[in-house]
Amino acid sequence: MTKIEELIDGVLKGDRRSIAKTITIIENNLPEAQKALSLLYPHTGGAHIIGVTGPTGSGKSTLIHKLAGELRRRGKTVGVVAVDPTSPFSGGAFLGDRVRMQELSTDEGVFIRSMATRNTPGGVAKATKDAVKVLDASGKGVVIVEAVGAGQSEVEIMKIAQTIVVVLAPGLGDDIQAIKAGLMEIGDIFVVNKADRENVNKAVVDIEAMLDMNPDKEKWRPPVVMTTAIAGEGTTELLDKIDEHRKYLEAGAIEIRRRERTEAELVEVIKEKVAESVVEDLKRKGELEEVVRKILSRETDPYSAADMLLAKRLKVLKRPSHV
Amino acid sequence: MSSQKRIRILVAKPGLDSHDRGAKVIARAFRDAGMEVIYTGLRQTPEQVAETALQEDVDVIALSILSGAHLALFPRIMELLKQKGLDDVLVFAGGIIPKEDVPRLKEIGIAEVFGPGTRTETLVKFVQENVLKGK
Repeated sequence: MTKIEELIDGVLKGDRRSIAKTITIIENNLPEAQKALSLLYPHTGGAHIIGVTGPTGSGKSTLIHKLAGELRRRGKTVGVVAVDPTSPFSGGAFLGDRVRMQELSTDEGVFIRSMATRNTPGGVAKATKDAVKVLDASGKGVVIVEAVGAGQSEVEIMKIAQTIVVVLAPGLGDDIQAIKAGLMEIGDIFVVNKADRENVNKAVVDIEAMLDMNPDKEKWRPPVVMTTAIAGEGTTELLDKIDEHRKYLEAGAIEIRRRERTEAELVEVIKEKVAESVVEDLKRKGELEEVVRKILSRETDPYSAADMLLAKRLKVLKRPSHV
Repeated sequence: MSSQKRIRILVAKPGLDSHDRGAKVIARAFRDAGMEVIYTGLRQTPEQVAETALQEDVDVIALSILSGAHLALFPRIMELLKQKGLDDVLVFAGGIIPKEDVPRLKEIGIAEVFGPGTRTETLVKFVQENVLKGK
């Protein structure tokens, strides 16, 4: 067996070192990354993937800690991928989600991995999705993805999940933020955490009202659950709702979503590969620089230039008509 | 689309310390130096430190300790790291560690021990110069 085959063999057996090393290879797009993913792919699809998002300070990490604990009590194994933002100034990141979950570190049935967004447009969603695949293939029954729902890329990350839980807390000015970030549209379950505070009932009422206004009514009407994560209250109810959603998906909706998501992923990969090979070719032949100069001096524009460059390379394919 | 590989460093406070300002300061310094810092907070057991290092596939571990329990805790941590196959991780320590204990710590594999007041630039430089990038 090659080194990568050995590693994947370890992943399938649930070996934690193999899982960790494989996630590193894939996250950094090292040479063996694609091979690793191809070997893993047939073994994915078994885990229930839960996305947990919401504004900073809403208590997501604490809630995940409690959820994981309850899942373990119910006999499930759990993977957690916690995503935090990369500093735009230094490229580094402070990954502190584990602080709230550290008791779970020594539980053999739980694997926690922290990831930084790394500011590559679209890149974080792919890296996170691939890390989830590794955990899925390793046999984890549930994989939880956590990300702050602050920007577009975090919303993209959430689309990896089958059940999306949006966590809000009273008094954070949540509802407005949630609308802006597109979270109201993608949430399958809404949680009002820190339910021991004031304004909790108002928060619940506000969310219910907003959900009622949503014209896109699927058969699943997102429930609103109150929790006090730090005290472990509401966790069982939340998990029951998550389970209900999973059953709802398995009754039919999941196949449609899976097909859409798989198609979207395939298209993304195709785009990436085509772009990479075309641009590499252009750079190698020194054509890219020349064309950029022409665009800068307004002799041509990016669209005409792209058409011209692609015409020579994509002879077999019909050019897209919308350009 | 390739991501640039970043140095991943675990900042851990083993034992019963309750002062984490120093650890947070250096954690931020490493972040500002472009590293991905996994910060696990207070009261880590050796088992938690080693297991975190494994799951997060870190390149470096920075152990911060002020309680004087380093001789009790560090050998256990190093032993666990070895058991888990993490021998190639760069481990260094900081905090309140008497000079006479340093040789013993270096014997068990702690690469360097830094005292209070060490400039963060020194720590960053140490990591950058000593980390094994192509593990």
